[in-house]
Amino acid sequence: MMQQITLQHILLLSTALFFIGVFGLLTRRNMIAILMSIELMLNSVNINFVAFNKYLYPEKLDGVFFFLFVITVAAAEAAVAIAIIIHLYRYNKQIDVSETEEMRY
Amino acid sequence: MIVNFLLIVPLLTVLTLLLVKNEQYIKPIALVGSFVQLLVIIGTLIQYLGAASLKNNGAMLLQTDVNWFAPLHIHYHIGVDGISMVMLLLTALIVIAAILVSWKEAFLQKEFFILLILLSFGAYGFFIAIDLFLMFFFLEIAVVPKFLLILIWGSGKKAYSATKLVLMLIGASALLFMGIVGIYYNQPNGLQSLNMLQIAQMQLPYHVQLTFFPFLFIGFGVFTALFPFHTWVPDGHPAAPTAGSMFLAGISMKLGGYGLLRLVMLLMPAAAQFYAPYIILLAAIGILYGAFATMVQKDLKYMNAYSSISHCGFVLLGIGMLTPVALTGAVLQMVSHGLMTALFFAAIGMIYSRTHTRIIEEMGGLLVYMPFISGVFILAGLASLGLPGLSGFTAEMTVLVGSWQQPVTAYRVATIVAAASIVITAVYVLRAIGTVLMGKGKIYSDDTPTDARWYEKWAGIILVLGILVVGIMPFLLLKLISPSILYLPQSIFK
Amino acid sequence: MNEGLIVTFLLCLPLSAFVVIRLFTGRRWQIFSGYLSTLVLALTTFFAFIMAWQYFFVYGKMDGAYALFVPIDMNWLVFTNDLSINFSIIIDSISVMMLLVVSFISLMVHVFSLAYMKGEQRYGYYFAYLSLFTFAMLGLVLSGNLFELFMFWELVGISSYLLIGFYYTKPSAVAAAKKAFLVTRFADFGFLIGILMLGGVANNFDIVQMIRSIAQQQALWEGAGTSFLGMSVLTWACLLLFMGAAGKSAMFPLHIWLPDAMEGPTPVSALIHAATMVVAGVYLIARFFPVFQMDATVLYVIAIVGAGTALFAAIIACTQADIKRVLAFSTISQIGYMMLALGVDDSLNGLHEGYTAAMFHLFTHAFFKSLLFLGAGAIIHTVHTNDMHEMGGLRKQMPVTHISFLIACLAISGIPPFSGFFSKEAILSAAYSNHKWLYAIGVVTAAITAFYMFRLYFSIFWNKPLSPVFIKKEGSWLIRIPLIILAVLVLITGFIPFGNFISANGKPLPLEVHFGFSVIPVSLSVLGIFYAAVLYYQQNNLPALLEKSFGWFYITIRQKFYIDEVYLFITHKIVFNVIGNTTAWIDKNIVDGLVNWSAGITYQFSVLIKKVQSGKIQQYVLYFLLGVLCLLAVVLYNN
Repeated sequence: MMQQITLQHILLLSTALFFIGVFGLLTRRNMIAILMSIELMLNSVNINFVAFNKYLYPEKLDGVFFFLFVITVAAAEAAVAIAIIIHLYRYNKQIDVSETEEMRY
Repeated sequence: MIVNFLLIVPLLTVLTLLLVKNEQYIKPIALVGSFVQLLVIIGTLIQYLGAASLKNNGAMLLQTDVNWFAPLHIHYHIGVDGISMVMLLLTALIVIAAILVSWKEAFLQKEFFILLILLSFGAYGFFIAIDLFLMFFFLEIAVVPKFLLILIWGSGKKAYSATKLVLMLIGASALLFMGIVGIYYNQPNGLQSLNMLQIAQMQLPYHVQLTFFPFLFIGFGVFTALFPFHTWVPDGHPAAPTAGSMFLAGISMKLGGYGLLRLVMLLMPAAAQFYAPYIILLAAIGILYGAFATMVQKDLKYMNAYSSISHCGFVLLGIGMLTPVALTGAVLQMVSHGLMTALFFAAIGMIYSRTHTRIIEEMGGLLVYMPFISGVFILAGLASLGLPGLSGFTAEMTVLVGSWQQPVTAYRVATIVAAASIVITAVYVLRAIGTVLMGKGKIYSDDTPTDARWYEKWAGIILVLGILVVGIMPFLLLKLISPSILYLPQSIFK
Repeated sequence: MNEGLIVTFLLCLPLSAFVVIRLFTGRRWQIFSGYLSTLVLALTTFFAFIMAWQYFFVYGKMDGAYALFVPIDMNWLVFTNDLSINFSIIIDSISVMMLLVVSFISLMVHVFSLAYMKGEQRYGYYFAYLSLFTFAMLGLVLSGNLFELFMFWELVGISSYLLIGFYYTKPSAVAAAKKAFLVTRFADFGFLIGILMLGGVANNFDIVQMIRSIAQQQALWEGAGTSFLGMSVLTWACLLLFMGAAGKSAMFPLHIWLPDAMEGPTPVSALIHAATMVVAGVYLIARFFPVFQMDATVLYVIAIVGAGTALFAAIIACTQADIKRVLAFSTISQIGYMMLALGVDDSLNGLHEGYTAAMFHLFTHAFFKSLLFLGAGAIIHTVHTNDMHEMGGLRKQMPVTHISFLIACLAISGIPPFSGFFSKEAILSAAYSNHKWLYAIGVVTAAITAFYMFRLYFSIFWNKPLSPVFIKKEGSWLIRIPLIILAVLVLITGFIPFGNFISANGKPLPLEVHFGFSVIPVSLSVLGIFYAAVLYYQQNNLPALLEKSFGWFYITIRQKFYIDEVYLFITHKIVFNVIGNTTAWIDKNIVDGLVNWSAGITYQFSVLIKKVQSGKIQQYVLYFLLGVLCLLAVVLYNN
């Protein structure tokens, strides 16, 4: 018999996904890659939401709602972020974060 | 009811000034506004005298009390007694003179006069507030516009001076605020009141007074140029425009003195007795130190600024001595110093606008070209050195006589030190008069500097009249001040 | 009695003249200001005469002694029920005498000035200030309240300042005015403290009450208990009062302002710096004499200072070339005499000649010294120089001035029967009966006085033949009339039985002139005159030889013993440079430095921590993660 997928498995997956995202966020230079890392982190959280909803409170739908909410926000955020990146590209002719330091002291 | 008009009139003036488009009308409106304010003050005075003669004491009368912010027990609570009446009159005179002196101010004149009236609004409010928070509120109104006033219309190191002045005063306000909070939360029986009169009646616990007195004392002390915290004065005054200097020295420095008087007499009389030796020590140091520092100044405005430290030391000395006479003298000295220093700054401003220098050594023989301005200058100087018949004499002598009533030897030494300043004052005043006004005439950028114009003359005359009234008829003021001083809890006069 | 009204009126007259002239007469009308104030002064003098007549001959005497009246006593500045500054007027023999002297001399000076100051650009100001001075001086002598007296004292000082600095475009005049005011101000500081001390002791500022109250507190002046640095409170207070008096009366070492004060117009010197204001110190001590005589120490100090100053100033006067300065030093010397007389008064032991003698000398001195100054004014007006070496042979040119000057010189030298003889005799006899060595100083000073006055006289009127530069005649009648009147008064005032009118206790005190006693001082004075005649009657080289033989000693005297230089050193080098500049430096660098330092520290700190704000997003994320990990660690550890 196939062993059932427990909450633990899913949490392990989402944690792995989250830290892969963090690793990408910290090490990547390319802004697009950073954006993608952020998406990874967001989605790891989404997995958590759905999983907790399913395993702990199956009679409720709050987790699912939040999942949808996050996706929506992530989409909007991606749009804004890409707009910023495009502008930066026009301005600087590159999208390397280490070269983009206008917001310093 | 009329007390409320003391706040409404300046606010209305500011509003009207905001709405006016035509630059021509700005100065007349400001002037009319300040005159109406003077009339309101006189009306208040008449009502107050009537009410006071019924009660036959110097209590806070004509009170208005409206709940403003109930959760924190903040009230819109105002009223006047003799001391605040005197300060109101002083403020009105100086504001009128300041407006007249800046009659030819051309740069951003609308904003200039709005700020000036706003400052006076803060001062009026401060002098009539009974609620501690309200007092603090008006104090802040009377501080912040100074920054803009100095920064925009000032001269010299104006950015530095404006920043320093406002930072030091705001720092003082922070101390004050801590003190007020301390008072608010440490009342007997868990009461939480900000009403000065109520606090005076219930008497704060001794340890609370001891803890929070330094906060309030230093806070107000900074305003009145308490010795180690005075350095905003010599930087702030010279950088400010003439009207600003007049306001700063004439009124702002009095805010501290008035606050101290209320603090010492109403809020924390027991702590005042405990800290009196320190107050007296600092005051005596300030008097002599300010006088010596004044002696070697090269710039007229610096000279007057340092002399303000010395003269305000007399206010502190009178407050520290805690005898009715000395306290009365402190109030008189506030009035006297306000008038004469405003007159001095006005005269310096007039001279500067003609000679384009304020350095004493670079001028000479101005008496030939400008007899009126020189006369005003000499009168201000003579008032400053305490010539009988002018305000300085009555005020300083009252402080000295009051101080001498304390039989402690150390206090008497302090009094003698303070009295020694009259010699040094004479040194620097005569030095300035002798060098600037007398001697050989020098050539200035304008070929022949003209004498005062009509607005300058009126500004001078108003202040000179004030000085003469205080100097020749001090009993008029004493009639207002003394009952209010004697009305206080007698426990402070040991 | 309506003397209160008269006195108030009399006080208001010159004040109103001042106000009217100052406010209502511009440059165009200023020619009238002189007549106006002279007229007002004439009226004042008239009232003063009426007052004096009434007081001395009608109502003044009570039980055989001249009494003290306080016709007016109004509150002005009330401190407490007891302590207050009152507008109060005291009428007793000395105040009435001073009233007479001040108003009369002032009138003479006004008349003289009408001609002397003619054509002056600030003619109106001059008379305004003169009226102000007269008002203040009359107020001073009539004050019944010590603080009121102090106020008029200051007003007198300021009008003196204004008049010395009258020629304000002249730097030396400005400096002299400043010096005069500051030196007296310094003395007034002592005076003020003295007032506070006495007021504290007596719990009153009213002079009569103060004297009464202090007399009752016997413990005070016997020095029991309340003493400070080995002297009783009363001694301290009296010494401080004397300090004020010494400043105004130019006693050593506060005398330095008076010679410089001669920068003012000469009639002003006659009025203020010879006859009236400078004797205010003497008047003050006389006014408080009941208190002073309780303390023998203070009286002795006063006597020593007086005698020392008299001798010291007389010696300097012998070497000065400026005629006004010679007169200034002689004024200092004569006031020293008055102080000496007050100091040797020992009324407690029945020897109270000194008080009367001092007042008598004050009285006679006012006339002959103002005559001398007005004479000097007339001379300067004609020859336009102050230097006696440039004059000579003026006797034919200016007969009236010559004769009146001679009379005044004889009077000041103490030659009978001129007025100075009588008052000086009284002083010397008072000194003789009290302290012999002070008497000796007095006699020597009298001889030196005769010498330098006649040096002055001979140098001006004889010595050389008339220089052809001075062809002008002596001035108009307005100049000559006051001289004549004063000369007549100098001749006759000595015969007034002064002791009958003024004495320490009000009872008549006959001053007798013993001819045996007068032989020594008079013959010494004649000797002085003789030496002066030998040296200066004819132009010769004896004075130069004498100067050379004295060598550096002569130079030291001519430089006034370098006291001005010492003062300059103390005030400029020590007070101004060292104390003043140090204070300013401390203020700028230490006190203000702390303020700036705190601002600087804040700035440095922000520089330090702003590096965190690098602009590198990945860094922020890293910090954030590290922070989260730390928090996590804390939370886990605590569970």
